Amino acid sequence: MKKHGRGGRFAVIAVPYAWLLVFFLLPFLVVAKISVSEMETTTIKDIIVWKDGALAITARIGNYLLLAQDDLYLRTYASSLGYAAVTTVLCLAIGYPFAYFMARARRSLQPALLMLVMLPFWTSFLLRVYAWKALLTEHGLVADAIERIGLDRWLAAVHLIPDPGQLMNTRFSLILGMTYTYLPFMILPLYSNLAKMDLRLLEAAADLGANAWTAFWRITVPLSRPGIVAGAMLVFIPCVGEYVIPELLGGPQTQMIGRTLWDEFFSNNDWPMACAVAVTMVLLVIVPLAIFSRNQAEATRQAA
Amino acid sequence: MTTMRSGLANRTFARAWLALGYAFLYVPIVALVVYSFNDSPVPNVWRGFTLRWYAALPDDRELIAGLALSLKVAVATACASVVLGTLAAFALVRYRRFFGSTLFSGMVAAPLVMPEVIIGLSLLLMLVSLQRMTEAAFGVGIPERGMLTIWFGHLLLGMAYATVVVRARLQTLNPQLEEAALDLGARPWQVFWLVTLPMIGQALLSAFLLTFTLSLDDVVLSAFLSGPGATTMPLVIFSRARLGLNPSVNAVATIIITFVAIGVVVASYLLARNERRRILDAAVAERPAG
Repeated sequence: MKKHGRGGRFAVIAVPYAWLLVFFLLPFLVVAKISVSEMETTTIKDIIVWKDGALAITARIGNYLLLAQDDLYLRTYASSLGYAAVTTVLCLAIGYPFAYFMARARRSLQPALLMLVMLPFWTSFLLRVYAWKALLTEHGLVADAIERIGLDRWLAAVHLIPDPGQLMNTRFSLILGMTYTYLPFMILPLYSNLAKMDLRLLEAAADLGANAWTAFWRITVPLSRPGIVAGAMLVFIPCVGEYVIPELLGGPQTQMIGRTLWDEFFSNNDWPMACAVAVTMVLLVIVPLAIFSRNQAEATRQAA
Repeated sequence: MTTMRSGLANRTFARAWLALGYAFLYVPIVALVVYSFNDSPVPNVWRGFTLRWYAALPDDRELIAGLALSLKVAVATACASVVLGTLAAFALVRYRRFFGSTLFSGMVAAPLVMPEVIIGLSLLLMLVSLQRMTEAAFGVGIPERGMLTIWFGHLLLGMAYATVVVRARLQTLNPQLEEAALDLGARPWQVFWLVTLPMIGQALLSAFLLTFTLSLDDVVLSAFLSGPGATTMPLVIFSRARLGLNPSVNAVATIIITFVAIGVVVASYLLARNERRRILDAAVAERPAG
């Protein structure tokens, strides 16, 4: 490729670069600016103005102070992280054995099994979330089944639902919907990791006297760590900022940060506040997670 | 590999776990389809078979207009995402180090981890600022919110996904093939069309399908970026789903699911067949002569 003309190289880099600068970086700077601006009915005051020949910068950090002081925002951030964590753990608990059994199924069956996981993944996310509405509202298929086996009383006892018999618009329906939606994101990286594993390692462990459980915990699980991390990131990160699922399946007690941002913007028309929520979310949640997952990927690459 | 005693129990357990897992994944989808044939305005109580929700669809102007807009945006998004994603993947894999390459690789990956509400909000506010500036300068606000602005948003996300797909394929390519073509006197663009493109063609097709479905399904970005008169199908479905259960949503869902299922099965069959042929070709080509 060294013989490529300089012009070709420049265009290949410059076109996507310029696009990202204008449509990704610049908008984010605009948001950061608005988050420290004052709202005047419909216009947003400039934070930098020439006053008496001197440059005056009037940054309002009031929005951030409010975010830090108001219990509501703090609790919303905490509960978003909490719901995302619970969803990730559930996806792992269901998805790990699932991917493991898939990877150990007959070779000829595996493409079909994989296809069956991919299919919901390609199917409209919105429609799959909507589907749970019909199943969980009164007289719904799943709601009836849960009530028949008395599971709803148990769910009410652990405060996942407010009363037995009311499953929709609760913590339970939110967690169920998020687990359901993001389960394929956990299964796919785990499967591709577990399917690549060298089974002779397990034979060696058995020869050396390890039983199946010991071999599983000391060989399979550590080797599948990159798959676990990748899957956990693919579930956790989008869950934190999720909007559609809490809106359709969540209730008044399940406030999440994505929904708060939406409401500040669309219902309260408070743009600076919505921007402050966004900036805080990026700095406190997204950036640390991105760095963590990058380090993990780096460590995996070096180990390989 | 496991002990003989636990082997049988394990197999039963494995089958049960897989069966339950697939049931969990498919029960909602099957229910969605079944209830679309339900002769009841309350879709989750079965009252007998009907096709009336399907019969009513052609008259549902809002939905049809939404579908038309969504398809247009999805095709435009997929095409542009593949182009921009391929360029970005080339920049990352082939040129690696260039001025600002760290910022570039960060920006390429960022939309993948950024919550959609933030992408939508920031893009909208930037476009609004731009609109106000052009209005102050020329008297007309450009760009007007609508199909174009929705496309910007979808393209931002689609490009990130397309880059991941194309990049993964480019990394596995043998650069010697392109060098050989250059040594044999092909011009760079000929090398791209005749050597590189056929080899990454499958990745481009995957990227196209992925970004197409992403765009066709998106709610959040469209909600921020749509304007009056530009409502995509997911927005129509979302606003109906918010209010409660709606049989028209089930009927549309069934049609979409049928198309997607057929598309995914056919595409993965074709891709698997091509992959086999490619491996076979490679094996034949690399077999020592004589």
